[in-house]
Amino acid sequence: MRRKDASAVRRQGSPFTGFGPVFMKELADHLSSVRMMVLTLFVIAFGAFPVASSLQTLRTVVDPNSFLFLRIFTLEPEQVGISFIAALNFIIPLMAIGLGFDSVNSEFNRRTLSRVLSQPIYRDALLLGKFLAGLATFAVALVALWLIVVGAGLILLGVPPRGVEVARGLGFLVVAVAYGGVWLAISMFFSVVFRSTATSALCSLGLWLFFFLLWPQIASAIVSGAAPSEIRSLEEYAAIQDMAMGLMRLSPGTLFSEAVLGLLSPETRTLGPMLPAQMRGAIMGAPLPLDQSLLLIWPQITGLIAGMIVVFAAAYVVFQREEVRA
Amino acid sequence: MIDTVIEARGLTKLYGSHRAVDAIDVGIRRGEIFGLLGPNGAGKTTTILMMLGLTETSGGSVDVLGFDPVRQPLEVKRRVGYLPDAVGFYDHLTARENLRYTARLLGIPRHEAETRIAEAMESVNLAGVLDKRVSTFSRGMRQRLGIAEIVMKKAEVAILDEPTSGLDPHSTFELLEMIRGLKRAGVAVLLSSHLLDRVQSVCDRVALFNKGRIALMSTVVELANQVLGAGHPILVEATGTDIAATLRGVEGVQSVVAEGEGTWRVIADRDVRAAVAGSIVTSGGALTRLADLQPSLEEVYTRYFEEARRAA
Repeated sequence: MRRKDASAVRRQGSPFTGFGPVFMKELADHLSSVRMMVLTLFVIAFGAFPVASSLQTLRTVVDPNSFLFLRIFTLEPEQVGISFIAALNFIIPLMAIGLGFDSVNSEFNRRTLSRVLSQPIYRDALLLGKFLAGLATFAVALVALWLIVVGAGLILLGVPPRGVEVARGLGFLVVAVAYGGVWLAISMFFSVVFRSTATSALCSLGLWLFFFLLWPQIASAIVSGAAPSEIRSLEEYAAIQDMAMGLMRLSPGTLFSEAVLGLLSPETRTLGPMLPAQMRGAIMGAPLPLDQSLLLIWPQITGLIAGMIVVFAAAYVVFQREEVRA
Repeated sequence: MIDTVIEARGLTKLYGSHRAVDAIDVGIRRGEIFGLLGPNGAGKTTTILMMLGLTETSGGSVDVLGFDPVRQPLEVKRRVGYLPDAVGFYDHLTARENLRYTARLLGIPRHEAETRIAEAMESVNLAGVLDKRVSTFSRGMRQRLGIAEIVMKKAEVAILDEPTSGLDPHSTFELLEMIRGLKRAGVAVLLSSHLLDRVQSVCDRVALFNKGRIALMSTVVELANQVLGAGHPILVEATGTDIAATLRGVEGVQSVVAEGEGTWRVIADRDVRAAVAGSIVTSGGALTRLADLQPSLEEVYTRYFEEARRAA
């Protein structure tokens, strides 16, 4: 591409001109769409069962020191076999993909893109507006769900949550929104790359299934392939474990579950294998203070947010170079 | 007063090694309707997109109302209305909501936007369906809604890409009338088309595109002279005396060709209809028809591309 000098090709005007109207329109479209209702129903149906079962179990618990409220989220009831956050881990990507898979290519197909871009806005504003509107929609749905769970807990358990439980719950919301943001960015990336909405949906869903079903097996296959046939020392064992964790953490779902584990199970002291040295002086099962828990999961939170930004940036680069003609 | 609103110099667009637009020079003046004509794939839409700053140029420069679409696209897009080929609107929204979104993108204050939307829809005869969903609109209505958007925008330049393609004759007529209305309102109109007879009736000047280059650019009549040869053709139907000889005797007549029983095609260097009528009547003939043969753009176009193909 020809570039004269930096100042000659620098475009003028803010890249965020028109961001507000795009954001508001997309938000209104999402919130009034049938698809949004379907997705919300889906999430509620998936979440209600584990939560209801957890609450049944928790009503019999009488330990006032345990983090009762947080256990609504993390308890794995015997009848269901899946905790609320495990259900969310599975369902959040689906919701985010549902919000984003056709955001750009549908504008192509409806032939609205060139008309909208002929108004005084940059593509930056259009893409960012769409992304943040999707994220806001997702956050609204998630907060609603969270409030329903907490409300049900209040009524059925009859104990108010403690301040620290609320704080950890809010932290969980932030992590969940970041996790949804990663998948929203991924689905928007495919919606920029593929003109067909079906192809982009298929690719997003394929990636989701890949990370859920295939990736754990591939990761363990890689590790067993790379590991020496005989493990001689603790260091070697630790290195293999590190490698396995590192590979698994390429999946956003792993980052989410680890971050949530740290937040909602305060007794979590480490996310990897625990060495005897780390156990020294620790009281088994004693909860960590909030700031220590945050410190523990900080890499996971950063990873999720960074992943979201990187994928969005990739979508942005592709979108900037795309021809607008249908 | 000649006031150029769009000026392109050496404008070039490369797709790989393919020259989609090859160093074209074109100037569009205020208050005229300019037609970009040519077969599909000749580079018309690419030229338009470069003028709007919607695609990067590979060379040359464009100036739209004093702004550079590459560096100042927002200023250009604020002043130029664009109706893409087969324009789309958000089907789940009403016409009013669609225009309201555009108005917000343009930063028009809310109360002013409402009056502008109502006026614009009135001007394209769509006031009755202002609150109907666009999904119920016919193609012609969508095109008119696109014109309404340009009217609401109060654009100084309107760029219309294939505005009449796919429309029935009545809708086409209505749309062309609206394009003339834009011109009356002082808007410079640039329209691209491959439907020549429709365009001929509205365009002040046309440019003929062929393989990324402007082959010809002029008024329709001058184009005809260039391609079909100079001369003013008329059609004469008469009986009685030796009409052919009489016609040849009229001053300024260059050729007389019999076109059938009692019909002749006369080419002259000027409008000789009055002289022809006079001489036939005085020689005792009965003149039954005397028609000015407007050069048709279609003829120009067909002839030009035939010659271009032969030359290639």
